[in-house]
Amino acid sequence: MRTCLVVDDSRVVRKVSRRILEEIGFDVAEAADGVEALAWCRAAMPSAILLDWNMPVMDGLEFLNQLRREPGGDKPVVVFCSVENDPDHIAMALEAGAIEYIMKPFDSDIIESKFVEAGLL
Amino acid sequence: MTPGEISVLADLARRRSGVIVDADKTYVIESRLAPVARRQGFTSLSELISDLQSREDETLIWATVEALSSTETQFFRDRSPFHQIAAEVLPALARKGRQQIKVWSAGCSTGQEPYSLAILAEEEGGKHGPMSMDIFASDLSDRCLEKGMAGLYTQFEVQRGLPSRLLIKYFDKVDDHWVLSPRIRQMVHMQRQNLLTDVKGSGPFDLILCRNVLSAFDSSTARTVLEQIANTLAPDGFLVMGAHETSAHHTPAFRPVPGLHGLYMRDPNFRVAA
Repeated sequence: MRTCLVVDDSRVVRKVSRRILEEIGFDVAEAADGVEALAWCRAAMPSAILLDWNMPVMDGLEFLNQLRREPGGDKPVVVFCSVENDPDHIAMALEAGAIEYIMKPFDSDIIESKFVEAGLL
Repeated sequence: MTPGEISVLADLARRRSGVIVDADKTYVIESRLAPVARRQGFTSLSELISDLQSREDETLIWATVEALSSTETQFFRDRSPFHQIAAEVLPALARKGRQQIKVWSAGCSTGQEPYSLAILAEEEGGKHGPMSMDIFASDLSDRCLEKGMAGLYTQFEVQRGLPSRLLIKYFDKVDDHWVLSPRIRQMVHMQRQNLLTDVKGSGPFDLILCRNVLSAFDSSTARTVLEQIANTLAPDGFLVMGAHETSAHHTPAFRPVPGLHGLYMRDPNFRVAA
């Protein structure tokens, strides 16, 4: 089964995302910030990453930039998921290599729709 | 609501708009009509219904009938029809030398379908030679059209079906909403239209989308409307129906396009009685 790594400093968001992603057929791993997420990726590159922007230690954008320099780090399909909801943030995320962008709050419809856009479903 | 009240509503909807109300889905009827009752100053649905029966107030009748239809829609709904339009329909029309494509989005609800087409036309523009798209969009509901014409969508609405890349390319953020760029809006002309009574005389269109509209009608009404729609379609034009709709199979006016699900062309042998 394909794995989606959920990177978010909120345990509640991780839990909600996990439930939705498991329902649409993903194995879910969790990380609370960019550094934890990088450790996960070095151990086993996931197929997809649902990525928060604002997190302590290392934020989502910096994580994405570092990920793309890792061996095999170009593989995961990255979907941002953030409260930042202005066009500039979305443009920056897409430019950094995210394929889709979810603006919080989200529900299962939005995650599913965005994962379809991202070619993950 | 009593069964009697529900049948008053169902009868009204069927006669005025062709829409069949499912009497078993009381909760759907109630949730759609509660806002109408509130806006019109009634304290209950029963009060609204008894007023509908006691006097022929056209404004109230239409507010009720409009509310009883589904307004469910989203940008690029079902995806595949839009892929087919880009990959098959537009190139086919271009091969026939069409530069100005006339499109009709029938039952456009709050505008996501015609605007998706306009965005598609922008994205595909020039790939098949010079081509511009002129989109006529119609719906029964004034409230839906008002929202559609404003081109203003919630964060929730722009996240269903619309890729983020297209969101930031064609929308601006205004407070909590997203507003569609004037360039896209001006490609779409919206007008109230009742498919039951107002189809004659429009067209000819190169492409008609009538998706998830006729499935709310009974089959003989759907067939009659489809045959009128056939009259507004150019001889080499295309009709797109909803993914699960089969009514076009039941009229001699159309034949399915082989290999393209949900796509139809006029049957050249079919002539509608004037």
